[in-house]
Amino acid sequence: MASTSEPATTGGGGLTRRRRRQLVLGGEYGVFVVAIVLLAALADWHSLHINFFNWSVAKSLFPDIITVALRNTLVFTASGFALGLAGGLLIALMKLSSVPPYRWFATAYIEIFRGLPALLIFIFVSVGVPIAFPGVNVPGGVYGQAALALGLVSAAYIAETVRAGIEAVPRGQTEAARSLGMSQFRAMRTIVIPQAFRVIIPPMTNQLVSLLKDSSLALFLGVTLMDRELTKFGRDMSNLKANTTPIVAVGLCYLLITIPLGYLARRLEARQKRGRR
Amino acid sequence: MSAIEISDLHKSFGSLEVLRGVDLSIESGEVVCVIGPSGSGKSTLLRCVNLLEEPSGGAISVDGVELTDPEVDIDAARRRIGMVFQSFNLFPHLTVLGNVTVAQRKVLKRDKAEAERVARRNLERVGLADKVDEYPEKLSGGQQQRVAIARALAMDPAVMLFDEPTSALDPELVGDVLGVMRGLADDGMTMVVVTHEMSFAREVADRVVFMDGGVVVEQGPPSRVIMSPEHERTRSFLARVLDPAAARVGGADD
Repeated sequence: MASTSEPATTGGGGLTRRRRRQLVLGGEYGVFVVAIVLLAALADWHSLHINFFNWSVAKSLFPDIITVALRNTLVFTASGFALGLAGGLLIALMKLSSVPPYRWFATAYIEIFRGLPALLIFIFVSVGVPIAFPGVNVPGGVYGQAALALGLVSAAYIAETVRAGIEAVPRGQTEAARSLGMSQFRAMRTIVIPQAFRVIIPPMTNQLVSLLKDSSLALFLGVTLMDRELTKFGRDMSNLKANTTPIVAVGLCYLLITIPLGYLARRLEARQKRGRR
Repeated sequence: MSAIEISDLHKSFGSLEVLRGVDLSIESGEVVCVIGPSGSGKSTLLRCVNLLEEPSGGAISVDGVELTDPEVDIDAARRRIGMVFQSFNLFPHLTVLGNVTVAQRKVLKRDKAEAERVARRNLERVGLADKVDEYPEKLSGGQQQRVAIARALAMDPAVMLFDEPTSALDPELVGDVLGVMRGLADDGMTMVVVTHEMSFAREVADRVVFMDGGVVVEQGPPSRVIMSPEHERTRSFLARVLDPAAARVGGADD
């Protein structure tokens, strides 16, 4: 008890609190500045400029980087998301079903497709499907294969999100709907799912971001020139020009979409926390 | 023919026997208040009457349809049974008008104009005609409960069930809801009300049913059951409800 009567400023090594904070802050800034300076000194600025931010190479990427690569990335993502949404909703409902085999299937599906690398699914779709089902071709060629692979992966994640959303709707909502004479299906469709989707939209937006990034795996599908998405396009052009600028350029294209989407997701989340409307 | 006929109703949750043989017959146009301590099975009884709880045994008929018959179309039967919940359970994603029209549209297949006409008429009946475009969260608890009553009435039910409709309300909002219910009773609606509002039971009910331990202990006109109960259990319950401040510590067992 006696020590508490000492002035606080003289405690611990004879430094005042203010002096100690100055030293810690100064040290942290110092390390940061030294690291930057070191990196800047070691980097070959001329080579960086030529190889990463080469304006003439960048210009040569247009218009294909937009009209082919970005377009295909968006098409793959959108079609994969559409399939994933339909499949995810179905699997979520199966997981909530009162029929045990449906629940078992849903659980197995979710565990398997969340536990495997997305790349493995892409390889399976391009190589495995023709072997497993001889004579069956995924309709739509590369577009169909990419949509299928992305759909298979995202359905597992979306199913878990949708299930959580549905379970977040209070039981009284279903009871009120059923007491008005609605069937189980009607109550689910008209009362529960619309409320669940409000909860689901922010995590779903994040799902869309990761799907967009996973669409880069389509480069393993053996695509033709016109089917290339951003990553494949960037790599091909980088090889062709012997220059890294195309990689930087397609990277910027991804960020152009993912950053606003991520921002939107956080906005929606914040709005939801404040309460509806 | 009785509006509601309950015979030898049993309901268990696992090993917990909540209803242990309830017989009750309610006439068309009758207003019955069910009272009793918490855990007496009164809410479970009410929830069995529209099969929100599946009875473990016994039979229930409402409006001439035997609900406990496995062949019966329960969705069709429920249209004739209005239910009002303690926690209102309005649909938060729909406006007041949407709440009152959605089941009319989707279940009764009424067209939009007809459903809205019925909705407005019933919202007027509960004194909320000016709130049609509001969302439930903008309304007070008393207003939400009155919308819930209008929502049930819009289905033209033969009977109305009220499960502690005022228990979640602030005291000053209770009166509006009870007023609406009194109006319904005056209009001749068949009503079963699980409630702790003794003054409502005394003034509005045709019959009061006292439940305890999963059985009906005593029933009769409110003048008898509330004013001069025959059974000791009824007397001690009423003493605690009517004058809670007088209860001795350890005297209450709920």
